[in-house]
Amino acid sequence: MKALSISNLKKTYKNGFTALKGIDLEVEAGDFFALLGPNGAGKSTAIGIISSLVTASSGSVSIFGHDLIKERELAKSCIGLVPQEINFNQFDTVLGIVLNQAGYYGMPRKLALERTEYCLKQMDLWEKRNTVSRRLSGGMKRRVMIARAMVHQPKLLILDEPTAGVDIEIRRAMWQMMQDVNKQGTTIILTTHYLEEAESLCRNIAIIDQGLIVENSDMTSLLARLNVDHFVLDLAEPLTAKPELDGCHIEDFNDKTLSISVPKSVGLNALFEQLTAKNIKILSLKNRSNRLEQLFMDLIDSKTKGNAA
Amino acid sequence: MNNRIALWTIIKKEVYRFLRIWPQTLLPPAITTALYFLIFGKLIGSRIGTISGATYMDYIVPGIILMSVISHSYSNVVSSFYSTKFQRNIEELIVAPVPNWVILAGYATGGICRGLLVGIVVALISMLFADLTVLNPLITVGVAIMTATLFSLAGFINAMLAESFDDISIIPNFVLTPLSYLGGVFYSVDMLSDFWQTAILGNPIMYMINAFRYGMIGVTDIDVQFALLMTAGVVVGLIMVCLVLLHKGVGIKN
Repeated sequence: MKALSISNLKKTYKNGFTALKGIDLEVEAGDFFALLGPNGAGKSTAIGIISSLVTASSGSVSIFGHDLIKERELAKSCIGLVPQEINFNQFDTVLGIVLNQAGYYGMPRKLALERTEYCLKQMDLWEKRNTVSRRLSGGMKRRVMIARAMVHQPKLLILDEPTAGVDIEIRRAMWQMMQDVNKQGTTIILTTHYLEEAESLCRNIAIIDQGLIVENSDMTSLLARLNVDHFVLDLAEPLTAKPELDGCHIEDFNDKTLSISVPKSVGLNALFEQLTAKNIKILSLKNRSNRLEQLFMDLIDSKTKGNAA
Repeated sequence: MNNRIALWTIIKKEVYRFLRIWPQTLLPPAITTALYFLIFGKLIGSRIGTISGATYMDYIVPGIILMSVISHSYSNVVSSFYSTKFQRNIEELIVAPVPNWVILAGYATGGICRGLLVGIVVALISMLFADLTVLNPLITVGVAIMTATLFSLAGFINAMLAESFDDISIIPNFVLTPLSYLGGVFYSVDMLSDFWQTAILGNPIMYMINAFRYGMIGVTDIDVQFALLMTAGVVVGLIMVCLVLLHKGVGIKN
């Protein structure tokens, strides 16, 4: 079963800007899917069309088999949206915001109250239920939007940069929540600028750039395409000179660290054999850059160069 | 079932909104109209005599009540729906499976409730100055509801088309208020010159005020049946316009 099926979706705004040039995308039910792309790539337009906030110029969208035009209400009832920007009434209480949303989805009062309590407790907001929303912190406001999106138990939860601007503690709590929701069977589509977030949470990924899907595959296959890893090695003793290591490229070094790129064809065993042979003692190592970030930049760069050519 | 719950949710939210801020929504019309009754009705009206057999105070009561209904049903919807647009929480309704007619009916009902409630408050205030009579309750209540509906719908259209807070004050200040004052609240059409007697026929508020006055005290300058049909026709026309604007997503969708 496809949670989302997009076919030849195009959008040209009134000012003539074409945000989507015909994208095709499918997301399986139960998936945790990342939709990535640089600013202005068309992600928000695509999400806007899926959630009915933007009208498509052409193409079709179906959600769990329901066409967004022909079976609008059925399609909409499957979706929960956490938008990028705060969009609830700042004068309403936390309880009122979530409870009203349950009402818009036609949930009877008793069930709406139960679901609201459950979602607010999950988001650690139950104690704040009678607080006027404008008095909440930024992180709490984001959690209110997640509780609001989940109150009607959507089959497809769309999170548009949900962790933007929140501190690491809340971000980690949100990751846990998203994973829990996904394990319970909810399909999740996530857009984020934190590629580490996408890499650790999502199973499948699409990268959109300049209104086109430039990559669409599972995360494992995509990451396997990366043939060079970048590491930072913590040195036990300072180096006296730049070491020569076969097959590897020394990017930088100082008294405490050595930055190195290692092709997968060389591998870490061969690297450590060489380091041991040269009596270079290593205390620890870490990836210098996020792997997905590297791939993302490679894809966007190659696309930009292709267009320039 | 689902639509009924969604509609009830919007209505409750809208009614709760204006009740919560009652010092801004219900109190001012009580004070303003008390001043109208005191100055125009008591002090000046006592020197004017009767109009079509009614004392001046009795004559102006229906017009002042309906003028309050008009301005408050309009301003409730225009300010509430524009704020919803401005704060972007209209997105809550667009994303949800709420049909356009439910959104329209919910906001319009909020405006109608406020308009009628203000009308009741003003009617109660008028009882301090005059004996409130309602000769034809059906026409009185019917005209009040139709008028509140018409101006709630008009407020909705204004809110959808508005791009700034300035845009939501232009129509009330420069169209509604002049038309209300020139719609025969304080005078009979017979008191005007021939030219203005003809010109006032183009003012829709004049028909509603006269029909409402007929319902209350049995005095009118125009054909009440025509006034009722015209008001109903305009209501139907405005509903169509609102639904087309919602369908096109004017001002609320890209």
